[in-house]
Amino acid sequence: MSGLEQFKDRNVSQNYYKVQIEPYPKTGWEKFKRVLKRSIKLELFVGLKITLMEMLRFNIHTVQYPKEKLPIGPRYRAVHRLLRLLESGTERCIGCGLCEKICISNCIRIDTKVDEHGRKVPTEYTINFGRCIFCGYCAEVCPELAIVHGPDYENASEQRAHFALKEDMLTPLDKLKQQQEYPGFGAPTPVADQRIKKTPLAY
Amino acid sequence: MDAAFVIATIIKILIVLGIFSALAGFGTYVERKVLAFMQRRLGPMHVGPYGLLQVLADGIKLFTKEDFIPQGAVRPIFMIAPVITAATAFIAMAAIPMFPEFTIGGYTVKPIISDINVGLLFVLGVMGAGLYGPLLAGMASQNKWSILGAARTAIQFLSYEVVTGLSVLAPVMIVGSLSLIDFNNYQAGGVSDWLVWKQPIAFILFLIAGFAETNRTPFDLLEHEAEVISGYATEYSGMRWGMFFIGEYANMFTLGFLASLIFLGGFNDLWFIPGAIAILMKVFFIFFFFLWTRASWPHVRPDQLMWLCWKVLMPLAVINVVITGIVMMF
Repeated sequence: MSGLEQFKDRNVSQNYYKVQIEPYPKTGWEKFKRVLKRSIKLELFVGLKITLMEMLRFNIHTVQYPKEKLPIGPRYRAVHRLLRLLESGTERCIGCGLCEKICISNCIRIDTKVDEHGRKVPTEYTINFGRCIFCGYCAEVCPELAIVHGPDYENASEQRAHFALKEDMLTPLDKLKQQQEYPGFGAPTPVADQRIKKTPLAY
Repeated sequence: MDAAFVIATIIKILIVLGIFSALAGFGTYVERKVLAFMQRRLGPMHVGPYGLLQVLADGIKLFTKEDFIPQGAVRPIFMIAPVITAATAFIAMAAIPMFPEFTIGGYTVKPIISDINVGLLFVLGVMGAGLYGPLLAGMASQNKWSILGAARTAIQFLSYEVVTGLSVLAPVMIVGSLSLIDFNNYQAGGVSDWLVWKQPIAFILFLIAGFAETNRTPFDLLEHEAEVISGYATEYSGMRWGMFFIGEYANMFTLGFLASLIFLGGFNDLWFIPGAIAILMKVFFIFFFFLWTRASWPHVRPDQLMWLCWKVLMPLAVINVVITGIVMMF
């Protein structure tokens, strides 16, 4: 995670390098002196030296994208995921419809029913990714941490409807062990337990 | 004129055409790689090992692209302009001795297509005529960017051609011949005999003018993307555009050979290195220098180019010629 620290640093301005600009020559004599100074200092060859040193040093910064990938920030908001409860494997979603309500681009659609245990579960959960602006409100508003943003940003597809269906986003039952708790947008902070207070009604 | 001479000349022409067309393609690969490395990139990597077949892919693309001629363009001139650039670039190579003489099966091969006694004049003249390509292309294209590119061709041509001529005048005075083989033989005595030590200013001026002549970066006014889209080549596509490109790269190699022959000892043996390899090393260094400057230096404005050529380089060249004359007289 230490590699991600640089992405989190918002205070960029402290590393600014101020360029010293000499006053612009006004008279012809001053211009001539500048030409002479630049010629004697061989300023053109300074540039040549820099590029040649870069070439010899061979410090390549290219990320060959499909083969290599950069780490993305933990709060990155890519294609959504529906999570399951770790112990029982049932869906976390309680069908409250808050995400559907808060969605500002109106792209979430839920159908719910009451199952045999008397629990409300969603039968349909679709997000129109052509319309979704990945604002993260749905993940933030979800009281059960059921809908979260995943790290999968490669969502190009031949079909508009791909990845938009519930079964594409829901953690498959056999992959339940690999389901990670979501650290990103809308998730409780690591110190949430210490910060929590009893509701005023209790005392 | 016997049959062997005719056959040998035709073979030589075919070899020069083939090799330099291929080198123009390979030159683009080298250019992209060198620029990439200097800018901490990798350049083409995906087609073939280390992107080597990128040249082939680009070639297929250029050959199969639609040969498009805009409606308002002057058809015949628009079609013939790229041919002028490519043809003059290759014609200029006719008078350049590429390698020392060698023998194959008892037949002595002179690696020069035509050993004329005004070789230098011929090469510079034909390279100068090559500028008609961009000029006519820009004027025939019926496009504002193209006409700007053509106008820039004209001012660039007028500016640098004076410097080229005056800068080689001093070496010509010293050698006393316009034949490039005479230039080469004059510098036969090793590194200390190279004309660059006697004529350093002429060498620098010739190189600067060469950048303008081959339309390379500090002086790539003709097709500077940020200012005039692609200049004279804006309306061109497919193989016609490719011919401009081949012409430019062939010109770069021609200029490399010229600078090596006139100033850097030509194809004489260099210490233990045989002459043929020595001249190739010199040419490729100059080619690399073209790419190196492209990665390092910004390009100049048209008025700056004119200022540089007329107010700085031309007086320097004239002074150089005068001083050379005075030194030779006494």
